[in-house]
Amino acid sequence: MDHKNAKKPSYSRFSQQELPAWKPILTPGWVIASFITIGALFVPIGLLAWSASDNVVEISDRYDEACVPDDFNSNAESFIQNPDTKKTCIRNLKVPKKLVAPIFVYYQLENFYQNHRRFVKSKSDKQLRNPEDENDLHSCYPEANTADNKPIVPCGLIAWSLFNDTYKLSTRGKQITIDKKGIAWKSDTKAKFGSNVYPKNFQKEGLIGGAALDESIPLSEQEDLMVWMRTAALPKFRKLYGRIETDIEAHDTIKVEIENNYNTYKFGGRKKLVLSTTTWIGGKNDFVGVAYVSVGGICLFLAINFILLYVFRPRRLGDPSYLSWNRHPIN
Amino acid sequence: MIAPLAFVIGLSMAKEAIENWHRFMQDMKVNMRKLRVHSGEGVFSLKPWMNIRVGDVVKVEKDQFFPADLLLLSSSYEDGICYVETMNLDGETNLKVKRSLESTLFLDDDSAFKDFNGTIKCEDPNPNLYTFVGNLEYERQVYPLDPSQILLRDSKLRNTGHVYGVVIFSGHDSKVMQNGTKSPSKRSTIEKQMDKIIYVLFTLLVLISLISSTGFAIKTKTQTPSLWYLQVEAHDDDARLYDPTNASLSGFYHLITALILYGYLIPISLYVSIELVKVLQAVFINQDLNMYDEETGTPAQARTSNLNEELGMVDTILSDKTGTLTCNQMDFLKCSIAGVPYGIRSSEVELAAANQMAMDLEGHVGHFVRSSGQNGQEIELEAVTASKDSSGTLIKGFSFDDNRLMNGNWVQEANPDVMLLFFRVLALCHTAIPEFNEETDSYSYEAESPDEGAFLVAAREFGFEFCRRTQSSIFVRERDPSSQEFVEREFKLLNLLDFTSKRKRMSVIVQDETGQILLLCKGADSIIFDRLSKSGRIFEEATTKHLNDYGEAGLRTLALAYKKLEESEYISWNEEFIKAKTSIGGDREAMLERVSDMMEKDLILVGATAVEDKLQQGVPQCIDKLAQAGLKIWLLTGDKMETAINIGFACSLLRQGMKQICISTNVDMLNQDSKKAVKENIELQITNAYQMIKLEKDPHAAFALIIDGKTLTYALEEDLKHQFLNLAIDCASVICCRVSPKQKAMVTRLVKEGTGKTTLAIGDGANDVGMIQEADIGVGISGVEGMQAVMASDFAIAQFRFLERLLVVHGHWCYKRIAQMICYFFYKNIAFGLTLFYFEAFTGFSGQSVYNDWYMLLFNVVLTSLPVIALGVFEQDVSSEICLQFPALYQQGPKNLFFDWYRIFGWMGNGLYCSLIVFFLNIIIFYDQAFRAGGQTADMTVLGTAMFTCVIYAVNCQIALTMSHFTWIQHFLIGFSIVAWYVFLILYGMMPPELSGNAYRIFVEALAPAPLFWLTTILVTIACNLPYLAHISFQRSFSPMDHHVIQEIKYYKKDVEDRHMWTRERSKARQETKIGFTARVDAKIRQFRQMLQKKSSVLSPRVALAATRT
Repeated sequence: MDHKNAKKPSYSRFSQQELPAWKPILTPGWVIASFITIGALFVPIGLLAWSASDNVVEISDRYDEACVPDDFNSNAESFIQNPDTKKTCIRNLKVPKKLVAPIFVYYQLENFYQNHRRFVKSKSDKQLRNPEDENDLHSCYPEANTADNKPIVPCGLIAWSLFNDTYKLSTRGKQITIDKKGIAWKSDTKAKFGSNVYPKNFQKEGLIGGAALDESIPLSEQEDLMVWMRTAALPKFRKLYGRIETDIEAHDTIKVEIENNYNTYKFGGRKKLVLSTTTWIGGKNDFVGVAYVSVGGICLFLAINFILLYVFRPRRLGDPSYLSWNRHPIN
Repeated sequence: MIAPLAFVIGLSMAKEAIENWHRFMQDMKVNMRKLRVHSGEGVFSLKPWMNIRVGDVVKVEKDQFFPADLLLLSSSYEDGICYVETMNLDGETNLKVKRSLESTLFLDDDSAFKDFNGTIKCEDPNPNLYTFVGNLEYERQVYPLDPSQILLRDSKLRNTGHVYGVVIFSGHDSKVMQNGTKSPSKRSTIEKQMDKIIYVLFTLLVLISLISSTGFAIKTKTQTPSLWYLQVEAHDDDARLYDPTNASLSGFYHLITALILYGYLIPISLYVSIELVKVLQAVFINQDLNMYDEETGTPAQARTSNLNEELGMVDTILSDKTGTLTCNQMDFLKCSIAGVPYGIRSSEVELAAANQMAMDLEGHVGHFVRSSGQNGQEIELEAVTASKDSSGTLIKGFSFDDNRLMNGNWVQEANPDVMLLFFRVLALCHTAIPEFNEETDSYSYEAESPDEGAFLVAAREFGFEFCRRTQSSIFVRERDPSSQEFVEREFKLLNLLDFTSKRKRMSVIVQDETGQILLLCKGADSIIFDRLSKSGRIFEEATTKHLNDYGEAGLRTLALAYKKLEESEYISWNEEFIKAKTSIGGDREAMLERVSDMMEKDLILVGATAVEDKLQQGVPQCIDKLAQAGLKIWLLTGDKMETAINIGFACSLLRQGMKQICISTNVDMLNQDSKKAVKENIELQITNAYQMIKLEKDPHAAFALIIDGKTLTYALEEDLKHQFLNLAIDCASVICCRVSPKQKAMVTRLVKEGTGKTTLAIGDGANDVGMIQEADIGVGISGVEGMQAVMASDFAIAQFRFLERLLVVHGHWCYKRIAQMICYFFYKNIAFGLTLFYFEAFTGFSGQSVYNDWYMLLFNVVLTSLPVIALGVFEQDVSSEICLQFPALYQQGPKNLFFDWYRIFGWMGNGLYCSLIVFFLNIIIFYDQAFRAGGQTADMTVLGTAMFTCVIYAVNCQIALTMSHFTWIQHFLIGFSIVAWYVFLILYGMMPPELSGNAYRIFVEALAPAPLFWLTTILVTIACNLPYLAHISFQRSFSPMDHHVIQEIKYYKKDVEDRHMWTRERSKARQETKIGFTARVDAKIRQFRQMLQKKSSVLSPRVALAATRT
């Protein structure tokens, strides 16, 4: 290349912005076809999800008020804080439809801010996993150590406020076993909670929060703790309590013996016990189906509208009379 | 928060630093130029420019620039004159004569400076180019100095071996530098508007932060004491953030948290992305082969990348003339001798118009011509012979082609004696110096102006070769028409009456070998025609007609005349002339003029010449296209009015039938009347002209405003400038002549600030620097000498014609790209940022985010930024060919159709909608129920991850809907963004739980096996994009924009199938232009049509119908 043309840009389709390109345009055909396709896919999916949700049987029972004896009605807080009051409470649940195993037992809390910033970060993942890291406490205050500076394992507000109501279920006078194993994620039991980390100094002094932990069981087997420590996103949440592996027939009555320990009275929270089966979409979730059917319906509606509009006010594609200079003639 | 900000600022700083470094290097190149400076004892040694000090004696050689303002001491000529080219100062190309003081003439040798000692006292540095006050004290005598001894920096020594001068003002004190305006930092309209959007978003940010912190304070005060599990009454470090006893302080702390958390609303990454996109866009501009000039080997250069999109919004172009529109080369093209026109070659303007005509006749008026049968011949009159390449070698300055005159054939014409005189005027009436060129074995000429050079070349080609000049004689080698032999004839030069802009004519009085005394005169036609004798008007009528034709064809015309003198008559006149010449005092000039006047009358007309001020390649076409794109073009030139008007015609900025409004000041008026009276007079002229325009009924009437520099001084004053601007806006073209560099800048500022629209200034010389810097966009013509204009410019192109591509293609693209990109960015950040806010409401405004920190960090960096950068760099609504074919598409930019508030708020609304859909659908689906068959419920991490997945899908699908041009890069980047999210999720989940926390194995274990997760993703993505899809479908179907229709025409290849329609639309796409040759052709066609209508009312009604259609 001679000196004169030294600065000449070299040709490439890229540098000249001439790369082959796909230039789709939104023709009426495409518009209608895509709306119909979306509609045609969404409506059946919605119906499927709806029917799946419809197959779920769910029994839920709010017991926080009912489990306070009448004489403490005006002062539920003192009832729950008094260690001497009798906390056991019996509830009877009607079974409207047959519950097919596995049946999941949940507790549901409302107005409980597990997602509060102070709460969410108040734990130590290191400490939970490794006994050598039991002094990794910086994020755990004020539940980090005891008065004599011994580390609390597990530390932090989350663990400290562990839910401690318990349920015993029976039907037709027969105890229903609630399987408490396998309610936590595999990754929690296998990796996040150490099998050689044991509770220490937990709920021993100062304020007592929620449940105490058996110091002889390693954290990797404390599944209630694991479930609790996966903080919920909203102040109304459900957590897995256990699983029932036997079917419960329709029209049976389930007798629930609740140990009502957990203090939601102070902040006006509600407590519910929920029994639910699941399907492929999980628990009872009509909304997904409804939303799918609605979006699909809107698409079909739009498609019809577009078809009508094209029938009554068609525009030939590439019709030059729609160019601005033809619409607002200059002369 | 700090890191990305620092990154952004660092990047911008680095970019600026690189650009500054380039500027510095260019400055250094100028500073290091070498020059001979007197170093004492009569020895001159080389010194760089930067070391030149006031008082240094310097020696400047031929064709060098003056390094500073100098006082001329002596030159290589005995009489101490030198020729200076001031193109960089005023754009004028003719040479100016400077003359040293007589008292310093003896300093004609290096050694003469050995003992030279003098003192100069002069004015302070000032920007006035045409005045100088000072005196020289030498040997106890005081000599007054005037501007004719001052050599200004940036002008160039021509036709003179060398000069000696002493430095008066150097560096920033020099007059040129004083004329310079501070180079302002420029920002594009879109960026300024973007700032406003940022303010809106910032207000929104503060607002929602205030809502958050107020909410938090209230919650902290009333609710948190009851939330026993938070232990807010404890005394750890964090507790004071949640202290119910001091809720307002907690609220204040929270405000800071909230500002940081919702910071995503303000897309800091937008600035990085825009910088990056603009740099890449600039690379594409630099790389464009269609803007590469083969001749000079210069590519286009985007010198700053800040203004790319501004190129798409230009409303007014202010252009310099010489060197920008014209090449500064004159070509002898036609002449009229004895009332007969010669020269069959057409000017570029005629050619361009003829092409356009041919295209139009084929296109939309096709059937009109056919149906109008017998009238067809009238249109054929327009036919122009395009004989560009018919005759062999091209001679510089001579494009004449007509065998009747060449090779001595002229003797066979009707009036050979008149012809002889014509050629003699060409060969004798000038001040040029011949130079023999060994290579071509012919003479070339150093002329004061390029026209003069063209005349001499023409005379040479006709067989009258000017070959020698002595003090008293001019020698011409004439070719004998019969024998073809060369005869050298001597003409005694008796007198020379100079050309001045006031006289507008030049004469020589010569005595030929027979002793006959002749006055040969050339000058502006009006002046010459006034001075013709009764018997000398034989050819006047025919010549006038030809002069008009030439003028219309954009040619520069002069009329030639002569007069025979009796010896006695001459001698008596000469006595008076000598008396006038030797008289001393103020009235010398007036006397000389009176005497000259006496001589230059009773002339006999021989003919007229037409010289083409050669336009740069493709200029008429480019101006035409720019006019079609709806751009207004102002011509600002330092040249005289006549030249400017000529070029106006040549570029089709003016045309016959356009009403010219000349605003001027009478010279006499200036002398006599007070400033106030002059101003009132100008005001009156402006008001009258304005009234005239307002009262004009004809929609096709076009006006041209022509104003000169002196008048402009008044018109630009505070109280008059708005009236002037209003008038100028109503005119189709505006030509300002004789304007100084400062005035150019002032006019530019007036247009910029007065109309509020985007202005672009284009020029090539130092005199254009002011306007280049002042305008919103400055474009420099590169590849010429003198880099000042380029250095001050934002974009540099080698040829004016590249402006078309720069604006219509790159400007259009860049505008749309940046506009869409910014809109999308705001959309994306609102869609994402607001979900954070909604979530707050559910956490007691505690400042907890639903997303993992890493997700948020990656959102703007990897997961959504690449497709939008691709949009900003590669998007093309229509291809470059179509941009050029439909300049009207350009109007989308100046009208700002893609970045108006309607559109911006539309996008913001879309973002708001999207955030609501993403957040609430996810919340409702996931908040309490099990999301898997295994019965597990969603915790915050699951919900956050699902929600984030939806955001990623929604915004990436949105950009796919926004784009209309997908190369593999776009496909790849959109795909990559989505895939990258999953890959990140998997990799992040594989890290040990100490690092990944609750996100450990989240995708593999919890989300991927859950059908509900996938269903939600699809549902939310579709729901988010549905309204936008419906909106664009509807808009496209029922009120398509121009580019939509053209995209469709191209898509269905209708342009190939229906060529007629395509041509018709292309010609109709013209904006309502009143300038450019297209407008000229249109005006012609209208004229025909009107003629036809008159006739057809007699002929048949069918023809009338056909004529009125279209």
